[in-house]
Amino acid sequence: MRFSEAWLRENVNPPVSTQTLVEQLTMAGLEVDAVEPAAGYFDSVVVGEVLEVVPHPHADRLKLCKVRIGEAPCLQIVCGAPNVVPGMRAPTALPGAILPGDVRIGRAELRGVASAGMLCSAKELGLDSSADGLMSLPEDAPVGADIRQYLQLNDSILTLDLTPNRADCLSIRGIAREVAVLNKLDWKPRPSSESAIRHEDSVPVHVSESEACPRYLGRLLTALTQAADTPLWIRERLRRSGIRSLGPIVDVTNYVLLELGQPLHAFDAAKLTGGLQVRLATSGERIVLLNDQTVALDEDVLVIADAAKPLAIAGIMGGKDSAVSEATTDIFLECAFFAPAAIAGKARRYGLATESSHRFERGIDPELQHNAIERATELLVAITGGQPGPISEVCHRTALPAPKPIVLRKTRIEKILGLALAESFLLDTLRRLGMDVVRRGDGDWQVTPPAFRFDLAIEVDLIEELARVYGYQRLPQEQPILRPRLLAESEAVVDIERVKDLLSGRGYREAITYSFVDASVQNKIEPHVQPITLKNPISSDLAVMRTSLWCGLLQAALRNQNRQQTRVRLFEVGLVFSQRGNEVKQEKRIAGIALGSLYEEQWGVKTRAVDFYDAKSDIEALLALKGNKQGFAFAPAQHPALHPGQAAEVLNSDGECIATFGMLHPRLEEDLGVEARVFLFEVKHDLFKSRTLPSFQSLSKFPQVRRDLAVVVDAEVPVASLIDCVHGRCGSIVRQVKVFDVYQGEGIDAGRKSVGLGVILQDHAKTLTDEIVDACIADIVQRLAITFNAKLRE
Amino acid sequence: MIDTLEDILQQAKRQLAAAKTPQQLDQIRIRYLGKKGILTEQMKALGKLPPDLRPATGQAVNEAKDLLIAALETRTGILQKSQLKERLKSEKLDVTLPGRGQSPGGLHPVTLTLRRISKLFQSVGFKVIEGPEIEDDYHNFEALNIPAHHPARAMHDTFYFDEHLLLRTHTSPVQVRVMENTPPPLRVIAPGRVYRCDSDLTHTPMFHQVEGFLVDEDVSFAALKGILYQFLTLFFEKDVQVRFRPSYFPFTEPSAEVDIGCVMCDGKGCRVCGHTGWLEVLGCGMIHPKVFEFVAIDAEKYTGFAFGMGVERLSMLRYGINDLRLFFENDLKFLEQFN
Repeated sequence: MRFSEAWLRENVNPPVSTQTLVEQLTMAGLEVDAVEPAAGYFDSVVVGEVLEVVPHPHADRLKLCKVRIGEAPCLQIVCGAPNVVPGMRAPTALPGAILPGDVRIGRAELRGVASAGMLCSAKELGLDSSADGLMSLPEDAPVGADIRQYLQLNDSILTLDLTPNRADCLSIRGIAREVAVLNKLDWKPRPSSESAIRHEDSVPVHVSESEACPRYLGRLLTALTQAADTPLWIRERLRRSGIRSLGPIVDVTNYVLLELGQPLHAFDAAKLTGGLQVRLATSGERIVLLNDQTVALDEDVLVIADAAKPLAIAGIMGGKDSAVSEATTDIFLECAFFAPAAIAGKARRYGLATESSHRFERGIDPELQHNAIERATELLVAITGGQPGPISEVCHRTALPAPKPIVLRKTRIEKILGLALAESFLLDTLRRLGMDVVRRGDGDWQVTPPAFRFDLAIEVDLIEELARVYGYQRLPQEQPILRPRLLAESEAVVDIERVKDLLSGRGYREAITYSFVDASVQNKIEPHVQPITLKNPISSDLAVMRTSLWCGLLQAALRNQNRQQTRVRLFEVGLVFSQRGNEVKQEKRIAGIALGSLYEEQWGVKTRAVDFYDAKSDIEALLALKGNKQGFAFAPAQHPALHPGQAAEVLNSDGECIATFGMLHPRLEEDLGVEARVFLFEVKHDLFKSRTLPSFQSLSKFPQVRRDLAVVVDAEVPVASLIDCVHGRCGSIVRQVKVFDVYQGEGIDAGRKSVGLGVILQDHAKTLTDEIVDACIADIVQRLAITFNAKLRE
Repeated sequence: MIDTLEDILQQAKRQLAAAKTPQQLDQIRIRYLGKKGILTEQMKALGKLPPDLRPATGQAVNEAKDLLIAALETRTGILQKSQLKERLKSEKLDVTLPGRGQSPGGLHPVTLTLRRISKLFQSVGFKVIEGPEIEDDYHNFEALNIPAHHPARAMHDTFYFDEHLLLRTHTSPVQVRVMENTPPPLRVIAPGRVYRCDSDLTHTPMFHQVEGFLVDEDVSFAALKGILYQFLTLFFEKDVQVRFRPSYFPFTEPSAEVDIGCVMCDGKGCRVCGHTGWLEVLGCGMIHPKVFEFVAIDAEKYTGFAFGMGVERLSMLRYGINDLRLFFENDLKFLEQFN
């Protein structure tokens, strides 16, 4: 809601500055979003009267004007405006004037003719965004008067950012009521005058949906003349509320909407066929609206129709066919109360948010219609000389919202606010807000809110009103008394923050990417998973929910690559989404991406690109957080996004895949335009929910012995199976098996590889003798030979 | 014989003085004291002497041996010292050269901010609980007293999957989910991603919120004011001005928005605060009786407050970040600034 401060002050004028007024409104919950001057800075502009207009001797389009500016001698001004005519009054910038934008006006010579000052358009004064000629002032504008004074331009425009509950403040009247309460001023809404009825004609109205339209007032105004402009003061107020002037009839309905909060609609009476009906649209009905949009009406939409067709969507927008035009002489003025439930959602459905729908769906004062139609009549009669007929009213009283009394308890106020309010403050505040308060007992009142406060239904709503007027800032502030309780802390769960710290310690930076991704990228990465699709994505590249964190990470890596970053290490923790039947699965995962060199460029050591085993060591580090090294197996995997020979999965003891990692498939590398080998990993968060508690094993006092073996086996033999085999021999004295070398090439037969194993032996009960060690190693070599055709390397 | 011993000793000492390496010293030791060493031979030769001469000569040989051993040790010590000196000299490095190995990564500023918020509330017993991001209409709207067609829905530009499923527009549904399943007293904070169908200079379609709520038998608006005032001053480590302003949320009553004195300009007015001196940082209020009704908590017995804050907003103010969109571009040059 945007409005002129001067207009508000004409309704209620507290003895406070603009700044204080703004502060009061904001701190009462009517947030003032902006305060702007009604006009940009300019000075030395007065009302001028054009006495003569003669053609410019040297320019076709220019004219020489003699302009009277009051007592001072007349000015000769060269003017190019098409609408300049003798007798008109227009803003005149005197020589030396400053116009908005710091434009300085002086004396000049235009095409050989002296010109002093300037005749101004509304645009030149910053009062409009466009203009097609001089700003025409009324005939009674006092010549020589300062324009700022005359147009009351030393005014502020306030913009309220109103919350949806305060529809009652969507009018000057509503805001005035609120300001009066805050300043404890006596205030009453201004009663409207009753226009004298000039004829008895009317349009019959039938309301078939009385719940949706409990009250419908109408009046026929005839013999309107639209020759005269809407008075400047109305146009200025509309302008300051951000509404363009569209001719006297529409201007008046808009003015009353702003002044009282009641939307009205004027139908061109000549275009109506028979009586009006307020009914639901029927299947297949269409309407062309004022904004030229054609809408197919649903059957739950309330319309105003005549005998032939729907004329307007009730409370939202009128139709083009019955709209008033410059030629209109008779109008049917509608002033109704439509129930919020009947209007809510409909404007949004058709993309038609209007000033009218905004108010109706939040709720307007159901007792306001007489007042508003009389006010509009009064203005229309004054401007257009229209002849009002009688007001016709269709009213279903029982369907009108009736405020219900609410019990307000002192004890409850204290419990909620932590403060005892004085009864005098309570009674005064609630009554000024328009409520009816009856004392029921000690510390107990029955409060009936006014009909225009749709937001007041229960006790706590009243408590908020009291707190608001009392001032939130003045309310007490205390430390809550909390009952101490230790929080459970399961050691079986690895805190996700620990996981993040680990990855960050291993050189990864945390990324946060959007949870919705490009369907085509998603499809490249996991074509086998059907993603969940947004109905209304913000753009096509953010249209499906990710099924893997790799989409976002790959795109983040690409973005960095395009910014000359050749080394990227990122991780992300977040949900991935999938759907099975009707069930939506949302699962937390931890994923990473690494490309470029393993280390930042450094001196003295040759850098190398990150590889599969680097990624694997990151996975191993994550698994180590679980505390159970034996509980997993690494196995080759097939994943559409990964290189078939460099993809692995981690299986838990139940054989479930808990992590996948490997090199990005070369085909995707090319598709996406990555210029390096990319390694990816993704781990299920569930993994970290079942940590194995450390369980202490006593330490051996006896020395350990290491023997190194180099065995040659078929290249296809997984090293892990060699290690497992060694671990299984010689009772429990094999403590650790280390891989110190893997070699293929010269000296080794094709299809074979040499694997260097460091076997660490230690006994708990005795020192291992050479005999025991030799026997153990011999056993291992023999077992490896039998199982894997392993030969000791010569 | 005595003279010879003296000669031997002199000769050995000359050789010692000339020795430059431990190996040379060892050769000298073997030459004189080894199994067939010169002094060892002298000792062996004692048997050939007349018995009366043996003690004196034996003593002399032993003395010579001792003298030689002492000289050897001295020379060894000197050599070791000079060798150590040599090594230390040769191993001197330029300690200003950069170190090697893996360089550290870092955490996203949203995580840093979330950790900070969580830690402050956890210190007084708030428990961190997360909720689903794909929500149903009931938890995101209905149970929070936002029925269909409520004008407040227009303030939440919602991403939908179908009529009932949507991306949560705030973290408040976690309130409902927790209260559905757990009886009071409750102290919870719920951080997480939220989504709104809005994207421009100051809006991203995804951002983070932290919801917090406390439900107990005697929780008042005064307590809400108290805890949020404390939180804000501790979060910014600064005695910030805090202002509570009436506002409207369908799921709280009374409702408030909380402004702090601008931390960029100390309330003097700048670009960040739109020259008002105030920054809106959170929304809060007393949990609406309707919400309690939906989760079957007795609103006469229990009261509670709830608050919600934008994490990116707090992060921007804390670290002076001037563009919201940077949070999700994941530019390394941005991420590298947070460790």
